[in-house]
Amino acid sequence: MASSHGTPPVFNNKVISWIDHRLPIFSYMEKEYHHFPTPRNFNYFWNFGAIATVMLVLMIATGVVLATNYTPHVTMAFDSVERIMRDVPSGWLIRYLHMTGASFFFIAVYVHIFRGMYYGSYKSPRELLWILGVIIFLLMMATAFMGYVLPWGQMSFWGATVITSLFSAIPVVGDSIVTWLWGGFAVDNPTLNRFYALHYLLPFIIVAVVALHVVALHVHGSNNPLGIDPKGPQDTVPFHPYYTMKDGFGVTVFLIVYAGFAFFAPNYLGDAANYIPANPLVTPTHIVPEWYFLPFYAILRAIPNKLGGVIAMFGAIAVLFVLPWLDTSRVRSASFRPIYKWFMFILVADVIVLGVCGANPPEGWYVPIAQVATLYYFFHFLILLPVLGKIERPLPLPPSIADAVLKKKAG
Amino acid sequence: MRKTIVSAALALASLGAGAMAVSAESVSASEAEQHPPQLHWHFEGPFGTYDRAAAQRGYQVYAEVCSACHSLQLLAYRNLMELDLTENQVKGLIKDIQVPDLGDDGQAIERPARLSDNFRKPFPNPAAAAAANNGKAPPDLSVMIKAREDGPNYVHGLLTGYVPFDKLTPEQIKEFSVTKDDNFNKYFPGHKIGMPPPLADDKVQYADGTKPTLDQEASDVVQFLAWASEPHMEDRKRTGVRVILFLLAMAGLMYAVKRQVWSDKH
Repeated sequence: MASSHGTPPVFNNKVISWIDHRLPIFSYMEKEYHHFPTPRNFNYFWNFGAIATVMLVLMIATGVVLATNYTPHVTMAFDSVERIMRDVPSGWLIRYLHMTGASFFFIAVYVHIFRGMYYGSYKSPRELLWILGVIIFLLMMATAFMGYVLPWGQMSFWGATVITSLFSAIPVVGDSIVTWLWGGFAVDNPTLNRFYALHYLLPFIIVAVVALHVVALHVHGSNNPLGIDPKGPQDTVPFHPYYTMKDGFGVTVFLIVYAGFAFFAPNYLGDAANYIPANPLVTPTHIVPEWYFLPFYAILRAIPNKLGGVIAMFGAIAVLFVLPWLDTSRVRSASFRPIYKWFMFILVADVIVLGVCGANPPEGWYVPIAQVATLYYFFHFLILLPVLGKIERPLPLPPSIADAVLKKKAG
Repeated sequence: MRKTIVSAALALASLGAGAMAVSAESVSASEAEQHPPQLHWHFEGPFGTYDRAAAQRGYQVYAEVCSACHSLQLLAYRNLMELDLTENQVKGLIKDIQVPDLGDDGQAIERPARLSDNFRKPFPNPAAAAAANNGKAPPDLSVMIKAREDGPNYVHGLLTGYVPFDKLTPEQIKEFSVTKDDNFNKYFPGHKIGMPPPLADDKVQYADGTKPTLDQEASDVVQFLAWASEPHMEDRKRTGVRVILFLLAMAGLMYAVKRQVWSDKH
């Protein structure tokens, strides 16, 4: 608890004492994960940071095992993945956990991002915490994209071709950049090799940024559903055992859903065409990325100009970096922002509509719908949020977390 | 909080439904291809298993018909023992198969297949396969069932979905510019398919007395190819049941502990 913060903990075990005197890892854990004062009013949305962390560890663990059996060569990559599926003992398990794990990592992170936006977790003094989160999200996207290329199926190859070709939209140097990215004049063995190297490297960079994310989190502590700062010990509980147990429960429930997909519908979230070996001479009818990229893919295609589309797609993520300054409201939680709350739900719906458009060929109604949805996405961040903070009249905030919690129990 | 979640769900549902309705509409407008009939497969569902007898018959269909053009290169003959065949039975099945190898003198030879050999490829290389098949190599079937949307029904539909030229409507002939030499298939994208109808009634003779109708042969070979695509499916589902039961128990325990821990705060 807060009172024990200043005094170093005393350890009964002599070995632990000896180590801690020289390398205070035990004091650190005591302080940051045991006594750490945490708002007492979290709802289950606050589980998703822990869930995302578990997924990251799981992805690295399964990924390292897969890497010991995978061959990054255009003539052998596809077969080596199938070899893992067929002949490596429990290889199918590791591979399906990794493949489905990517989707569930994104599910966890999208919910985590939604929670941050809904409850205004990005607002002062947590702007850098939020920005580090957006960097993690970007690194995840790069890692997932390159990981999807590794099985060297049709979608791997053509997805890599489409996405890397985007850089050719850059004026003057675009084509040179693409050649440089590919390591040649087409997506080929050098591309696969460097994607494999980066796919192995980036997760460890993610771990490093996650560490910074956690450090930044522990400066001012977590936000909470009320969006007001804890004012004293009556507003907080020690992280352990209160939130270790709640996170443990939330993580387990999430893993049940994840296991349901990994064991009973492992290919449901993927594209069947990626079980066709890559063929540079045959273009698939519809080239679609994995589901978690679909909204951004729709934004890319919504702009009739290639460079414009690329700028819009990257802009859709870039806008998140400046979100703390676009939102001018001083109230964090949407619970006390009657108008913002509804626009938050509309934004989620808008992203889902974009996802549906991204999954379908850009023809007929999908084109105007994707364009309107893209326009709305930027309208939300660039116009609505700055204006809404000025005109919206927030509901009165409760005097303290404890007050609100106890009143709710009584009522 | 509960109110928040409910309103979020409602907002999502209404907008999602709108988008779905749009997508359904445009699909039906542009949909020229038919969906293959949805059959019930023994391997479907959380407890589904491969029908061993059907898969063994399916191997016979593959060996006697499909293997003339289609490779199955990710499988080895030893894998057939997973279909409840004994080692000697598999050895009997492959006794007449010759596979290419190098002799002690480094010269190319053919020798009898062993259990450890991968399935023999019908053509020495993709160029030879393409040359023998009007310019397009017949695809490998190892993961075919996973490589198509709704794979089992699609492959079954494809094998049974040929329409002879004289049964086509004039509109179909015109729309897809079909000639007498083309093969028209109801379920193939674009309808004109290079592969002539591979199966027909009595194309094979089943030893177990099953009547070899076209539909039976197609179902059997799908059963075999489904196993070939996903040989560890049964193990996966069995493991999945155990994992989920464990996680459910674990979640229950976690919830009980969590409630206990929080009891003084509520």
